[in-house]
Amino acid sequence: MGEFAKRHQSPWPIIVCFALNFSKVVALLSPIDFLFYLFAGFTLAAGVGVITARNPVYSVFFLIAAFLNAAALFLLAGAEFLAFILIIVYLGAVAVLFLFVVMMLDINLATVRAGFVRYLPIAAVVGGIFAAQLIIMLLIWQQSETPPTLNALGNSPMNQPNNVYALGRVLYTDYFVAFQTAGIILLIAMIGAIVLTLRPRAGIKTQVISQQVSRKSSQSVRLVDLKLGQTHPTTAATAPTEPQEGSA
Amino acid sequence: MIYPPAVSSAHFAILSALLFALAMAGLFLNRKNLIVMLMCVELMLLAVNLMFVGFSAQWQNLTGQIMAMFVLTVAAAEAAIGLAILVVYFRNRHTIAVDDLNSLQG
Repeated sequence: MGEFAKRHQSPWPIIVCFALNFSKVVALLSPIDFLFYLFAGFTLAAGVGVITARNPVYSVFFLIAAFLNAAALFLLAGAEFLAFILIIVYLGAVAVLFLFVVMMLDINLATVRAGFVRYLPIAAVVGGIFAAQLIIMLLIWQQSETPPTLNALGNSPMNQPNNVYALGRVLYTDYFVAFQTAGIILLIAMIGAIVLTLRPRAGIKTQVISQQVSRKSSQSVRLVDLKLGQTHPTTAATAPTEPQEGSA
Repeated sequence: MIYPPAVSSAHFAILSALLFALAMAGLFLNRKNLIVMLMCVELMLLAVNLMFVGFSAQWQNLTGQIMAMFVLTVAAAEAAIGLAILVVYFRNRHTIAVDDLNSLQG
């Protein structure tokens, strides 16, 4: 702070200059470009929130924010169906699943946070190297033609007559086998999750199919001779006491 | 002064790279919390989806969106199985730290 104050008298002129230029830049952006930068910034900020939040519940909320902003970005790119699938599946199912698990497990927050500072340098180095590699690769990547701007992408010719129609036509013809395989993957995931979390408990009345099937009418049905107006002694004795047995 | 260029698929690619690297850093940061690590994997898959959708828009080809849909499917299955394993693990060990996953070391 002292070094900085010696070299520059006050940081405020720089900040004000930056803010003025920033407002100029924002004024020059087209509305769609402005929306892209807005949602991209919110997505990255929510991503930072996910990995640094103190409480896992806040991490889930930041994850929801990240997915919501990503859905908005999908809309900007013309992928309307995927945007709504993202909201329905991720915000409606997966995020709630995470929230359930976070609430269900009784986690000690102090032990969970231990080692955060210790791992910070290696995380910064690995993340930085990864980001640098990906961005350098993308910057030196030679495009055969200049990519179309996002203004042209909103109403793109691939989405004729609309995105859901075009997507369904491709999905149910060219990628039909892959579509069926995706369904099988979901089925196996569902069975796997049920089998993993199922635990046998003692003292529960369960259906025993072998006993049920091997029952015979000679063992379970019995004929009783009754005169008119007479009640059978066993049914007369058990009928009034039945509610008491149930409550006890 | 450099003005930001009009948004194209390259912007989607760079955003995707940043988000992926962020999730990668999150995997290293949250070694004691398996739930947040699973959330980081979800963020990585979201970054991949952003890349697919951006390039689908660039080449005007719906295959990218189909692939993004399959990635979504696998991500949902992975979340369900991962959380089920997490619940079983917590029930047995009463911790969710990845460093304690050593019962297979013998």
